[in-house]
Amino acid sequence: MRLKLIPDDTKIDFMGFRRIAVAFSIVLIVASLAVTALQGLNFGIDFKGGIMIEARTEGPADVGAIRSAVSDLGLGDVAVQGFGAPQDVLIRIGVQEGDGNAQMQVVGQVEAALQEAIGGIETRRVEVVGPKVSGELVQQGALAVGLAVFFMLIYIWLRFEWQFALGAVIALVHDVVLTIGVFSVTSLEFNLSIIAALLTIVGYSLNDTVIVFDRIRENLRKFKQMSLAEVLNLSINETLSRTLMTSGTTLVALVALWALGGEVIRGFTLAMIWGIVVGTYSSIFIASVLVLRLGVKRDWSKPDKTGPAGTNFGGAQV
Amino acid sequence: MLHYPAWKTALVLLICAAGVVFAAPNAFYSTVERANDARAAIEAGTAGPEAEAEAEAWPSFLPSSLVNLGLDLRGGAHLLVEVAVDDVHAERLDALWPEARRTLRELRDQVGPFRRVERDGEAELAIRLEDAEAADIAVDALRELAQPVGGGLLGAGGPDLEVDAEGRNISIRLTEGAIAAMDDRTMAQSLEIVRRRIDETGTREPTIQRQGADRILVQVPGIGSAEELLAIIGKTAKLTFHMVDSVTDAAGQAGPNQIKMPDAEDAGRFYLLERDALITGDRLTDAQPGFDSRTGQPVVNFRFDAAGARRFGEVTAANVGRPFAIVLDDEVITAPNIREAITGGSGQISGSFTVESASNLSILLRAGALPAEITVLEQRTVGPDLGADSIAAGEIAVVVAFGAVLVVMFASYGMFGLYANIALILNVALLLAILSLIGATLTLPGIAGIVLTIGMAVDANVLIFERIREELRAGKGPARAIETGYERAFTAIIDANVTTFIAAVLLFAIGSGPVKGFSVTLGVGIVTSVFSAIMVTRLMVAVWFARARPKTLTV
Repeated sequence: MRLKLIPDDTKIDFMGFRRIAVAFSIVLIVASLAVTALQGLNFGIDFKGGIMIEARTEGPADVGAIRSAVSDLGLGDVAVQGFGAPQDVLIRIGVQEGDGNAQMQVVGQVEAALQEAIGGIETRRVEVVGPKVSGELVQQGALAVGLAVFFMLIYIWLRFEWQFALGAVIALVHDVVLTIGVFSVTSLEFNLSIIAALLTIVGYSLNDTVIVFDRIRENLRKFKQMSLAEVLNLSINETLSRTLMTSGTTLVALVALWALGGEVIRGFTLAMIWGIVVGTYSSIFIASVLVLRLGVKRDWSKPDKTGPAGTNFGGAQV
Repeated sequence: MLHYPAWKTALVLLICAAGVVFAAPNAFYSTVERANDARAAIEAGTAGPEAEAEAEAWPSFLPSSLVNLGLDLRGGAHLLVEVAVDDVHAERLDALWPEARRTLRELRDQVGPFRRVERDGEAELAIRLEDAEAADIAVDALRELAQPVGGGLLGAGGPDLEVDAEGRNISIRLTEGAIAAMDDRTMAQSLEIVRRRIDETGTREPTIQRQGADRILVQVPGIGSAEELLAIIGKTAKLTFHMVDSVTDAAGQAGPNQIKMPDAEDAGRFYLLERDALITGDRLTDAQPGFDSRTGQPVVNFRFDAAGARRFGEVTAANVGRPFAIVLDDEVITAPNIREAITGGSGQISGSFTVESASNLSILLRAGALPAEITVLEQRTVGPDLGADSIAAGEIAVVVAFGAVLVVMFASYGMFGLYANIALILNVALLLAILSLIGATLTLPGIAGIVLTIGMAVDANVLIFERIREELRAGKGPARAIETGYERAFTAIIDANVTTFIAAVLLFAIGSGPVKGFSVTLGVGIVTSVFSAIMVTRLMVAVWFARARPKTLTV
């Protein structure tokens, strides 16, 4: 008795859903962009600078008392929220005037004020990011995501044809935009580790897409007379079991991490879980639909004006 | 295809065995860590009585490399600071003024009267002549002051100064080469001083690295607050001794060749001091905290080297009865009267010290002054409790994720799933072994990377197994199906993993701190998972197939 996520030999007409899928994705992308533009992202101190203090009180934390104790210091923007366990709180303070040393002094003041107002409070984590570094971190993050997409585009272009590369990259941008959209809607903190999550999502989504493309390439050679839409459908169906299986095991692992890994990386794992769902969807619907739209060269035996595209490892022996 | 040559079998087994052996110390983390520390202490000759026993708790013939735990897991302080290298340029140009003045004075009959013009915010020494005609002569003479960059043994660096005239204004600037060389020297000195200061506090395993052009990253495990760390490394600790001309208030104006310095304690009190220092802190050979024999107050006792002692003796002998000021980082700590010549070369700084601040100041004076000011750019501190909680949470998550994936794989692919599971376990062992050997640092996101690797490592096997299923459905015999399954899945596996690897490499290249930790585990995880899927699982399948020779196959 085997666990099978889907029956053998599925014959789902994925390409038949393409209008609905594309429309659905466009709506989501527009919505994501609109929400992000209007509401912005809840940037963590990595990106906007400032001070973050995670503290633990002896009993359940009195968020109001902590907020007023910190607010009384007149430090501008102060946010206090619960953080996982009831006795844990996260205090966020905006960037202070002056250089990093001034920020450090404020940390000292806040700690002293908290000690006075709330007995037995213990600082568990302090992060201070000066304005100079936060600007750089934003740049580096954007650069990392941009470069990753670019290099992957190059790789896919070398290994397949340009239509595939374009399809894959648009699918990636789709995933990244939707993930950013979710962070905007939910106001979850967007920090440096979310950039790492985005890059992993990019890698993962492309991984999925490449598997499907690999099969498309194979089937294009095998069934020379079949229409492109049919080849795409066949290839997606053939790889569907693997796609769902891998997404499934990865999701199982990530859900375990989300539930048990602690509050500090919860946002990170959430981004990953969402990204895997979106990435799986986009590699089935978006990337392949784009290939269908762009068309591919079918006859591999004739030389093409555009020159040879797609290197092949062939039946490599290991 | 299903035949595995003996050497390949041996190699795969060897690699797996090595993986398990080198990963093993991590399973006994605290024992091995204590043993390593004890051994290091014995070697350094600072071992306590219990060190022998601790060292023997982990046999020395076993590997003892451990995965380093990042500060977010172990607790500690992370401080990114910037060194104000520009200050050093300004100092160098200031120091050039007396020389430039002398040079021009010697040519007074040709260049006429001149004076220095203060230029705030400009990295130049500006001199204005009365007579614009003389500018060429002055520029030529001042150019003689330039020295070759880098000591001039080879003279390859070009001159360190650039002298230009615009009408009657002459500007002396540092050349780019000189600035680069100077910055390098400033950074090297700063790193050295920071390292010495932290070593003086006896903290274990600090990381002190230069980052970029003018930054230093300091990571110290076990320190509970970054303020503590900053108190040690943030002070420039530039100590100078000056004669006091007069005591004044905030309104007091410094005359020529005077500087105005605030009192460290009394906010309204200022001193007008002679600009040129009598003696500076680099002449100190030692500084120790102590107590004043009369008042019992904490003090810092210091000692000069021979040249310093002689100079101090001369100056104090010549100025008996006058006050002199001890200035630390542009603040007057104390300004006692000279009662008699101090010839012994040692002295005492008394201010309003606490025991702790006296001890800190001694550390700073012993380690030397930083060549330039340091400002904090970024600070992250994690308390040891939170670190321990994070490790515990991470461990549970890894175990649960691991267990769940093993169950799903076995349920889906039966015996083949079991092989994949064994490969998965070996994969994690290999991953830990490599991380330990390369001395990688495991952070909380790094643990997430491992969990993700566990989820994704099965991908290659899933691809192969699904492919074998397809081939079986297409009516191929078991041997043929397995063979084609591996063959056909190969390109997909390579393409898929190369793309994720690109993401890992970029994260490593661009990311910092925890993100970097994540990228290392992700990247290494990709390599080990491809190895374990296409070599290890395949070996097991090959061995099983050779023995069982099944007529039919269910995957």
